[in-house]
Amino acid sequence: MTISGNIAIAGVFEHPTRWAPDKTEFQIMAESARGALADAGLTIKDVDGLFAASMTMGAMGTVELAEYLNLKPNYVDGTNIGGSSFVAHVNHAAAAIHAGLCEVALILYGSTSASTATAIGTGGYGGGGRNPSEAWTGPYGMTTVGSYALVAQLHMNKYGTKPEQLAEIAVTMRAHAALNPNAKMRQLITVDDVMESRVISEPLHLLDCCIISDGGGAVVVTSAARARDLPKKPVLLLGCGEALAHQEIGSPDLFTLAAKQSSTRAFSMAGVSRDDIDFAMIYDSFTITVLATLENLGFCALGEGGAFVSDGRIRLGGALPVNPDGGGLSNNHPGMRGIFLVIEAVKQLRGECGDRQVTGAKLALAHGTGGTIGVAHSGATIILGSE
Amino acid sequence: MSDMEYPLVYASWETRAYWEGCGRGEIVLQRCRSCQTVQHKPRAICATCLSSEIDHFVASGRATIYTFTVTHQNQALPFRDHCPYVMAYVTLEEGPRLFTNIVGAEPSTVRIGMAVVADFAPQVRTDGEVFAVPRFRPE
Ligand SMILES: [Zn+2]
Repeated sequence: MTISGNIAIAGVFEHPTRWAPDKTEFQIMAESARGALADAGLTIKDVDGLFAASMTMGAMGTVELAEYLNLKPNYVDGTNIGGSSFVAHVNHAAAAIHAGLCEVALILYGSTSASTATAIGTGGYGGGGRNPSEAWTGPYGMTTVGSYALVAQLHMNKYGTKPEQLAEIAVTMRAHAALNPNAKMRQLITVDDVMESRVISEPLHLLDCCIISDGGGAVVVTSAARARDLPKKPVLLLGCGEALAHQEIGSPDLFTLAAKQSSTRAFSMAGVSRDDIDFAMIYDSFTITVLATLENLGFCALGEGGAFVSDGRIRLGGALPVNPDGGGLSNNHPGMRGIFLVIEAVKQLRGECGDRQVTGAKLALAHGTGGTIGVAHSGATIILGSE
Repeated sequence: MSDMEYPLVYASWETRAYWEGCGRGEIVLQRCRSCQTVQHKPRAICATCLSSEIDHFVASGRATIYTFTVTHQNQALPFRDHCPYVMAYVTLEEGPRLFTNIVGAEPSTVRIGMAVVADFAPQVRTDGEVFAVPRFRPE
């Protein structure tokens, strides 16, 4: 028996908060757990696998979280590979459930990035850190947005990609967010608005960058067999993969993202093609992240991302709607966004998304990126389907 | 940003030869004695064949810009006070790519493919180390 088709996501919950100065990370996680378990028709007593990561959890973070929830799980995974972690947690939970190491996995994220004024994109490292990454980028003033800008600049130089094409991605996310009552930024914007917003790190403007919010969410994973006895329609895990990309031995190819390797495995496992996918959830830390990820996922050829995102192709109603919730560019971005990719994919496949519903959504791809694509990053892909 | 005091770099024993080379005004790279692979960043083993027999050699210091960005916002000091500044990957003649700053050029004139040479900013340190931060400037 393979993992594909035999593991299900039984419950999801996206915390509605976008500003929570009165909450802690663990509180947001616990409130999200309550929501996702209710969604799944399960209780906290059913949970025997705990998966979590956050902006502040350290080496003992999952132990502290287990105490907070008074959980004594049989399986624990605190993998933290940046914003993609929660997509990877789905893969890891599937492996653990498939191997019989746990039955009901609870994946949690919570953050107060906005209310604690965390400079996610432009904080910089401010110096010569000792870890192997910061020691080589810190002295030069590297920022998260700068790392992504390096890729955008190269893409524009090599393939003639236009800043207006990147802007179109931000405009699309805002149009989707306008349909999402919980989204933080719902006022429509134009390509001109993006182009006229101040430059943060050339060629990326302010509106090419994700927003900063508070928030969190939870996902419940179990076997497909068990999920079929629960109230909601199971969403099946059909394929998964994860990968890392870095500077190698001084030979980084900034156009080859981890998404290429992780999605190749996910598509192979699922036995479906790119054309079969009804919509995609793609980590949109910056507009260039979406464009480069679409290329590496194989939805278009390298260099064709600019044309691919144009003419409404990634809008609701287009050939491949991307992030119908409004993404990190407009819905929410509390530091690490991967869990929301999974949650929205599941809700869309169940047909629960109201005004922003992708018509007839049966097959979804979600891809998380963690870290920075110009220095080193992780990627995790899942392909989900409704029965 | 040539007048900027760069943050003090940290040298582990694996990376000491590189930063000491910068202190002498040289870019020092590693070559594996077993498989001849040139690697950067420096490490105690060859990441291609896992040999511990690593030689160091002085590179030419000549490179071309692979990609760059002009950064207008960094909230961390000292960079906050030196915006806009240019961050870049440069491809050394010997093959490896380095992350660095481009100096000695108006940011608006920097281009991908531009030929550049190493330019070392010595560090004022109280620990007796003679290190420098290698930036690159148009040839
Ligand atoms: Zn070797």
